[in-house]
Amino acid sequence: MHMHKFEKIWLIFGIGALVVFLSVVGVSAFYLGNKPPSCLTTIDPEKVDTQAPFNKPGLNKVEGKEWDYELVYVASAFFYNPAEVEVPLGAKVKVMATTKDVIHGFQVAGTNINMMLEPGYVNEIVTTFDKEGEYLVVCNEYCGTGHHLMSSKIKVVKK
Amino acid sequence: MSSQTTKLKVDHRDGKLAMAHFYVAFIALTLGGLMGLLQTLVRSGKFELPWGIDYYQILTVHGVLMGLVLTTFFIMGFQYAAVSRTAGTHSPAARRIGWIGFWVMTVGTIMAATMVLLKEASVLYTFYAPLKAHWIFYLGMTFVVVGSWLDGAAQIMTYARWRRENPGKPSPLLSFMAVINTVLWIVATLGVAATVLFQLLPWSLGLVDTVDVLVSRTLFWYFGHPLVYFWLLPAYMCWYAIIPKIIGGKIFSDSLARLSFILFLLFSIPVGFHHQLTEPGIDPAWKFLQVILTFMVIIPSLMTAFSLFATFERFGRSKGATGLFGWFKVLPWNDARFTVPFIGMASFIPAGAGGIINASNQMNQVVHNTIWVTGHFHLTAATSVVLTFFGITFWLVPHLTGRVLTKAMNKLAIIQGWVWFVGMAFMSGAMHFQGLLGGPRRSAYSTYGESAQAMEWIPYQIAQAVGGSILFLGIILMIIIFVNLAFFAPKGEEEFPVGEAENLEEKAPMIFENWKLWLGITAALILFAYTIPFIDMIQNAPPGSPGFKTWGSW
Repeated sequence: MHMHKFEKIWLIFGIGALVVFLSVVGVSAFYLGNKPPSCLTTIDPEKVDTQAPFNKPGLNKVEGKEWDYELVYVASAFFYNPAEVEVPLGAKVKVMATTKDVIHGFQVAGTNINMMLEPGYVNEIVTTFDKEGEYLVVCNEYCGTGHHLMSSKIKVVKK
Repeated sequence: MSSQTTKLKVDHRDGKLAMAHFYVAFIALTLGGLMGLLQTLVRSGKFELPWGIDYYQILTVHGVLMGLVLTTFFIMGFQYAAVSRTAGTHSPAARRIGWIGFWVMTVGTIMAATMVLLKEASVLYTFYAPLKAHWIFYLGMTFVVVGSWLDGAAQIMTYARWRRENPGKPSPLLSFMAVINTVLWIVATLGVAATVLFQLLPWSLGLVDTVDVLVSRTLFWYFGHPLVYFWLLPAYMCWYAIIPKIIGGKIFSDSLARLSFILFLLFSIPVGFHHQLTEPGIDPAWKFLQVILTFMVIIPSLMTAFSLFATFERFGRSKGATGLFGWFKVLPWNDARFTVPFIGMASFIPAGAGGIINASNQMNQVVHNTIWVTGHFHLTAATSVVLTFFGITFWLVPHLTGRVLTKAMNKLAIIQGWVWFVGMAFMSGAMHFQGLLGGPRRSAYSTYGESAQAMEWIPYQIAQAVGGSILFLGIILMIIIFVNLAFFAPKGEEEFPVGEAENLEEKAPMIFENWKLWLGITAALILFAYTIPFIDMIQNAPPGSPGFKTWGSW
């Protein structure tokens, strides 16, 4: 099998670029900690309301952790609890969410907060809200007739 | 090469079966296209669906018809004809199996469609549990898959016969490629068959109460990514092995074409996690491993791009073109069989780049489940693949029906290609931009309580409706061309173009036909990528989910 010289150069360049690209993505994920949301905690989807921290949805101040607040959401067709929340500007927040029924999405538009909520699993992401304003939370996984009405609001305010 | 031993015309009995597939495919295109138009109109906010029809119902119809029915029927029809043309007429037994496959798929499609129309299955074409559709919907889907296996078996039988009759010779390129794609499809559909047969069917029948959602999704995406390569490889068959003949050039390298198809077989399956990057319950290390495997398909993609443009350049220079890009001008732009697939090819450059972004591990968070993704696969599947399928239709349908593509139809076909391009530039372009702003996919019109962010999305949704309307015009043109070629075009002989390699002395290495080896490596890669995370999922499984029907009835 013969390979043209130009094709060899093209492939060496292409594969080289691929190696560099994957290394950048890998270092960012595993050394700098930018892994995609992949929480391994499970929960009984029928007992969400009675289990911590989902028995207290909303913004909760915590002590002695890497983050200042836990922002807890419970999703179900077709709303999020809480429907609106205020977060102090610059706060480091762990967003934790789960669903009581079908699969939902959880995306804070205009940010990198974007994760799947699946029955039986908790999902979470740690983030810093460093820009003032009102952010729309939308469900971005089809969940039924009212899917496009399912939303919540995060107000990042100076305190 | 083997081209001397092949027949020039597809036997009319094989042609009949291929045409049966195309009738279903083009009916699916018409209805699915109408649904697509309605969706973009609804999302513009200027139009509401009449008679209590639900947005998500037509979205399900659009996805199932375009993503599963149009593609599977067209591909099986095309490959069946390509094998018949290059490896010889199918035996009566193979043809009978092909017909059974066709009818099983058709019955399955009707079963699933009926349940969707009855509002018993508004679950979209991905049918994620714990949304629970009627069991007839799942059974219909099973029939579509099983039917496609039978269709594929007919192709494999004829390929095997050719190999027996020509020991020690590499098989005809188009037959080899068709068999690679069939094998890819069979291995991939094992995943969706497993979740439907062992999880969703018993659960929807009430035999079991709950379903393991993550296992079901993982099995779905084990199938869902190779599904897109199953769509793409027939387009690559046309680009590699047919377009060179249409323009009057040669295949750059027969062996490298085969090698790239084998790489697609190996690396398009153990990669489903890149659709599940933002999901809980899967360890990030395993996600990243599958991201690396995903990116391996970039290598055969680069090889493909190189060989296509090498073919074009060499052809142009043989016509006396000079300068760096002089060859570009002498390509046969007045031939729809070339121009329309070329628009598809060119679209694959931005489409492929978008795909790299989507699969880039943490970068996926920026676009996951936004309408950017919809924009992405309307460039890959709905432009690159579909325009190539249209390009194939322009010669294959008249070849099979004993008619010709007239000058007038050729002209209309070129117009059709450009109409599609313009419509898609509006629609897919607007989808990409709206997605970057966070606009979700698969959602009806909503201002989310007059939210400032959501209001910014609306102009893009209007642009999508403009693009969607232009695309629907493109579909009407395509249907006119198809009906003409199938029933009304003048009788005559239309060529089934099959390219020849530039270097006829260079025989493809026989190792490419060693199926034990390639299937073995395919299985090893799948086991490597999936075994441990799958055991983790089952060992750490949460309580199962009961079913939900979160959509309205009639």
